[in-house]
Amino acid sequence: MTAAPQSRFVYVIHIRTTPEKLWAGLTQPEFTKRYWCETWQESEWKPGASWRAMIPDGRVADSGRIIESDPPRRLVLTWENQFLPELKAEGHSRLTYEIEPQEGGSVKLTLTHEMDRPNSKLIEATSGGWPPLLSSLKSLLETGEPLIETTRWPEDM
Amino acid sequence: MDLVFRALADESRRALLDSLSAKSAQTLGELCSGLSMTRQAVSKHLAILEEANLVATVKRGREKLHYLNPVPIAQIANRWIRKFERARVDALVDLKKKLESE
Repeated sequence: MTAAPQSRFVYVIHIRTTPEKLWAGLTQPEFTKRYWCETWQESEWKPGASWRAMIPDGRVADSGRIIESDPPRRLVLTWENQFLPELKAEGHSRLTYEIEPQEGGSVKLTLTHEMDRPNSKLIEATSGGWPPLLSSLKSLLETGEPLIETTRWPEDM
Repeated sequence: MDLVFRALADESRRALLDSLSAKSAQTLGELCSGLSMTRQAVSKHLAILEEANLVATVKRGREKLHYLNPVPIAQIANRWIRKFERARVDALVDLKKKLESE
């Protein structure tokens, strides 16, 4: 039995959409720019491909590699912060999206963000961000509008 | 949202969420040890919390690890607390904590 990663958060949200639309919502710039604080991600989304998340002013927010990609069901990637030295120093974390269709036409998204070190500052820092981001993604996919709180990149970051 | 409020309307279930908030990734056994409830009661409460999506679980071998899932609570906050009110609400919560700790 392998030990559980020492820092890990697990988030679950149910969204009234299709697995294909949810996959697009998590990966495609035209969606992420609307609900993910104007950021977008660049990748070929294939195992081994590089991946990076971009901030509106041109900086790289986070980067890593695709480990597993099974659209529209499962995506695993490594995630290293690039713009905050204290977080970058911790190295790679791992992010997993699992998308499961549910009875009744909704989709269950399970997001796991983990790192093999105790009390990770990166995991702590992102843990506050995921719940509003996922709520905003749900709003966007279900109503066509994201939540106002997550539409802009924070001015002081 | 009914499921979330129903799940939260019980002191034992809130105690379980407090325990998961303090220490993530607990097994059923670990959750039982800190609380004066039978294993069956804890198991039943966890099922209600999981159904309301307030607890997420990950299987590890034969064990199930439990995690607090704060997403439904964020959805409640998003529904009634708008962007410009949030800073003020935080300030009031801080004030309440400070006054009550004196």
